[in-house]
Amino acid sequence: MLRRRSQLLAWGGCLGLLVLAWILPASGLLNPYVQQVLMYVGINIILTLSLNLVNGYMGEFSVGHAGFMAIGAYIASILTVAVCPRFWGPWLFPFVLIGGGLGAALAGLVVAFPSFRTRGDYLAIVTLAFNMIVKSLLENIELIGGPRGYLGMARLTNVPWVVFWVLITLIALRNFVYSNAGRGVLAIREDELAANLIGVNTRRLKIYAFLISAFFAGIAGGLYAHLLQFINPRSFSILKSTDMLVMVYLGGIGSLAGSILGATIFTVLLELLRPLGVWRWVVGPLMLVLLMIFQPTGIMGLREAKILQPREEFGGVTRNPGTMP
Amino acid sequence: MALLEIQELCHNFGGLKAISDFSLTVTAGELVGLIGPNGAGKTTVFNLITGVYHPDGGHLYFAGQDITTWPSYRIMARGMGRTFQNIRLFKDLSALDNVRVGAFAQCSYSLRQTLFRTPGFKRQEAQMTDRAHQLLARFKLSRYALTPARHLPYGEQRRLEIARALISNPKLLLLDEPAAGMNQAEIGVLITLLRELRQEFDLTILLIEHHMGVVMDLCQRVQVLDFGETIFTGSPLEAQHHPAVLEAYLGKDGEPDEI
Repeated sequence: MLRRRSQLLAWGGCLGLLVLAWILPASGLLNPYVQQVLMYVGINIILTLSLNLVNGYMGEFSVGHAGFMAIGAYIASILTVAVCPRFWGPWLFPFVLIGGGLGAALAGLVVAFPSFRTRGDYLAIVTLAFNMIVKSLLENIELIGGPRGYLGMARLTNVPWVVFWVLITLIALRNFVYSNAGRGVLAIREDELAANLIGVNTRRLKIYAFLISAFFAGIAGGLYAHLLQFINPRSFSILKSTDMLVMVYLGGIGSLAGSILGATIFTVLLELLRPLGVWRWVVGPLMLVLLMIFQPTGIMGLREAKILQPREEFGGVTRNPGTMP
Repeated sequence: MALLEIQELCHNFGGLKAISDFSLTVTAGELVGLIGPNGAGKTTVFNLITGVYHPDGGHLYFAGQDITTWPSYRIMARGMGRTFQNIRLFKDLSALDNVRVGAFAQCSYSLRQTLFRTPGFKRQEAQMTDRAHQLLARFKLSRYALTPARHLPYGEQRRLEIARALISNPKLLLLDEPAAGMNQAEIGVLITLLRELRQEFDLTILLIEHHMGVVMDLCQRVQVLDFGETIFTGSPLEAQHHPAVLEAYLGKDGEPDEI
């Protein structure tokens, strides 16, 4: 009975949030600037959640996440501009985004396979190289604008869509993390060899993690492209990847609530710091340095908000009977 | 029927012969000890059996299949469990999660079922969680269920490692120095525990141990290694008086003491 009610509450909450996201902008209570910031927050939440799977839960250090975002953004944009008839655009938008996500997921394999043989610093270099390769490729394909960028997308991204995709990402990642696949991913972070030696198929899990992570980064890329209506390769440079790292490590590694918190705080902070001008861009990297020194696990640091944990997770034990710290 | 059959296993680290011509047959239900002085290659044998290293020569058969070139996870999923000389728990995961990860190979739900949290997925998860709780209770670890493994006392960490290895219902359990760092009383408890587990879980056990008391009490048969070579096979009692074994542990009789 109690379980039914909490389930109802969760789905009702999601639905309520969607309705609110639809009504609020339409009511004219939110000015366009606030809406814009809200959408940035949402896109950044998706990016942070997806990067956290690899960096926080799996304990790898991927620094090229913007590469996946770029692939998603470009594929989705090309699909709406060159493939889909403009009239159908708004209806096909979710499928276009999924197309971008799938493209990015495919690219995720490019990073997943090296991760079988190498980890830590070396894998970080591989992901860095991946980011640079994607950026250079996009700069050199004249067909999609080269360094000038690509434009012509309708502004299809709006607050309800962003909220919808944030919820999808959150639910998918929660379901993954609280499964034995998710626990296996955590085991890889803790001790990869031991994980293998108790029967965890670490290769399959690495593929899963990179696929899911890249897919949602691609979705975020598509949303971003259809919000700005203009993308160019420079928007997906290492700096963008650094921003994502800051959000992950600010909010907290291995925490869904932390990702939401980190992305929100960082995005809003950057908006508030607009008067600083160019100096604003120092804030991100500086925060990353300070975080790594003083609070490497972030605000939530491996902890999770109660409402994001499935009820049945601990099989009836809800509170720790032991009294260890 | 031989559960584990090792035929003339060889392994080198660079130019160093770590294991040469190691053969061993373990029949279902047996409890076999692998002993020898430090650096004899005992853990290397375990690493070869479990696929951490792949042998330079020889063959490994487990439960009727040639596992010589298999990756670790596949070997373990076939019905092996292992503990480590230096405890290797997942330190930031709760005791419950440590045990549940051990059932990874038994979970048959797909990625799609996971992402959509289907009823089939939930059923399997619930069964596995129940089983994990049962095991924790069996090992008197229930009160630590949600405690990160790093906060458990030493003896409890050792027990948790065994519980983690047992959730997959292995046929063969490899124990690497389970009594390391334990006092006499704890060792007594461990010996009783291992005897009981063997009955309850229908286990075959291969054991590395330095503590002769444990070996004498538990093992029906021992194989003694020295510098990667087998110097003795037989009963533990005979091993204690065998000249080659004594030499390996204590040095040759009549040899002048070097200063």
